[in-house]
Amino acid sequence: MRNRAFTAIFLIFLFLVPSFIFSQAGIEVVAVEDTLISLPDTLSEIIAPTEINVFDTPNDAGENITITWEITEDPSGIIVGYEIFRSEDKETGYEITGFAGKKTEEFKNRTNNGVVYYYKVRAKTSDGKFSPFSVISEGAVSQPQWFHTGRINALVAVVAFVSLLLFFVSTAKKGKSLFIRRIAGLDALDEAVGRATEMGKPILYVPGLSSMSDIATIASINILGPVAKKVAEYESTIIVPNRDPIVMTVARQVVKESFLEAGRPDSFNEDMVFFLTDSQFGFAAAVDGIMVREKPATNLFLGMFWAESLILAETGNMTGAIQIAGTDAVAQLPFFVTACDYTIIGEELYAASAYLSRAPLLVGSLKAQDMGKAILVVVVVIAFICAIVNTGFSLTTHTPNAVLSKIIEFVQSWFKV
Amino acid sequence: MRRKIPLAIAFVFGIIMIIQFFIPHRISVEFYRNMLNALVIVGIFYYILAVSSLIRVHRGKIKRKKPGWGYSYVTLISLVVTAVIGVLGGAYQATRITSWFVQHFHWQIEQGTGLMVIYTYIQIPMGATMFSLLAFFIASAAFRAFKARSLTAVLLLVTAFVVMLGRVPIGALLTRRLPEIFHLTNIVEWILKYPNMAAQRGILMGIGLGMIATSLKIILGIERGYLGGGD
Repeated sequence: MRNRAFTAIFLIFLFLVPSFIFSQAGIEVVAVEDTLISLPDTLSEIIAPTEINVFDTPNDAGENITITWEITEDPSGIIVGYEIFRSEDKETGYEITGFAGKKTEEFKNRTNNGVVYYYKVRAKTSDGKFSPFSVISEGAVSQPQWFHTGRINALVAVVAFVSLLLFFVSTAKKGKSLFIRRIAGLDALDEAVGRATEMGKPILYVPGLSSMSDIATIASINILGPVAKKVAEYESTIIVPNRDPIVMTVARQVVKESFLEAGRPDSFNEDMVFFLTDSQFGFAAAVDGIMVREKPATNLFLGMFWAESLILAETGNMTGAIQIAGTDAVAQLPFFVTACDYTIIGEELYAASAYLSRAPLLVGSLKAQDMGKAILVVVVVIAFICAIVNTGFSLTTHTPNAVLSKIIEFVQSWFKV
Repeated sequence: MRRKIPLAIAFVFGIIMIIQFFIPHRISVEFYRNMLNALVIVGIFYYILAVSSLIRVHRGKIKRKKPGWGYSYVTLISLVVTAVIGVLGGAYQATRITSWFVQHFHWQIEQGTGLMVIYTYIQIPMGATMFSLLAFFIASAAFRAFKARSLTAVLLLVTAFVVMLGRVPIGALLTRRLPEIFHLTNIVEWILKYPNMAAQRGILMGIGLGMIATSLKIILGIERGYLGGGD
């Protein structure tokens, strides 16, 4: 029994060692030398990758070359990927530089700027064998670019929008009256502050949970100014809890300036604007606590909110406060609509400072915003009609209309950055 | 001068950041990265102000014996204890002090440090508790919102009912014998994919333009509300 076991182990050893040695040798030679591609590891029935194309990766900071190829036909599905080889000499010295998955036709290779690189690609099978190498590519050099050509659309849009903005601002400066539709939530701000004053209770103002780099927070701070001024004029009290230290500092400065402007700097107290915690639900719990203990007559939730929006708004609703909310977080809007008396939806939040101050320059910028939206709507409608008609063409003639397809592609490309 | 300097800084850096967006060169990328790092560093210093504000507010509450002032003690003690454990014991990696305690008192700290123990066993459960309240708040908000007072409220009620039913297995079960187009799951998919998505995109387009307009107004100095006061 012991002899049989020994013989079996010996035979296995005898079989494994040479195969291990040869397979190691095979891999090593194939990986380095191009001339040995017809070694036993190479599957002659798998065609080498074709159409190898090498170029400096566009719109990047340099140090990157893109290699593309056409994937090898693989009806039996044995290809597991492609090995990419690179050399600075076209004829020799190729070393493996990367591996791409089986359905990949592109590989980005990290390089040194200003050096010419040559590439070749081969397919690898699941049993560790390889196709022949592709032809050697043309040389490519990587270098950084000074302009991102893929962002021309954004540049054109910015220039167009700035032109619109400047046009409407100059129109407003000339004294031409511009119509702004009524925004109920912003109209109610005065009423809300007045109500709190009458009741002798404070106003709670939450400037969202995001940082100062969020536009919604900036918009909220813009509204805080007029609200704080009104509070100062009515000699009421405002509570501004914060989650972000930078927002707290800015909010404190804004409230202080507003009290100063209202002629009541003595009424300002630094503790009106304070920091709670940067924990999302910790903040929600603390604000809920303030609402339950202090019973503010008015709650203003303006800025960026996440899952805590309903926790705040429902608690405020239970305390019987008049509530005005405003956010650009689309997912939170239904919660605010349900639990608050007024909701400032999306862009209305950004329009608030213009709406409240009626300053001609700000109102002019609102008009530019509306015009921009009108242009967008026209473009979307054109694309929509083209898509519908094109689908009709495809259904009847089985081929999409070339002109319509180009229009749709053009519109789609302009919305990509 | 107090206003002109911040406005000038906003203008210069606003324009630089717009230009940076269109330049993929390494210099531009590194400049952007450095700006972000500077923001983080400045932000850390602001925490000193934040903590001092927190201490000040709670000290005031204790002093004036405001309602619930006892909780201010809990806040301040928790703040100090957590800070001490974090600074002395380490946040992610144990310091020598933590290692000494582990060796001499045979403590077993799975999380590695005392701070992570506090985070795992106090902070996370408290956050989860608050989050779980959302379920009850959604129920109470839905009860109020879905009252059929007007035509639009009825529309909302019916749509919400269909969507909720379509999202649970019994919805699919109820309509399985109907033609495929009437399967509740397909109806829900259609509602979410078309009318709902169309409304959301309408709002999102407005938000996008509003963001651009607000940014430009700040860069050009038209919007000055963030500086406090009026003009």
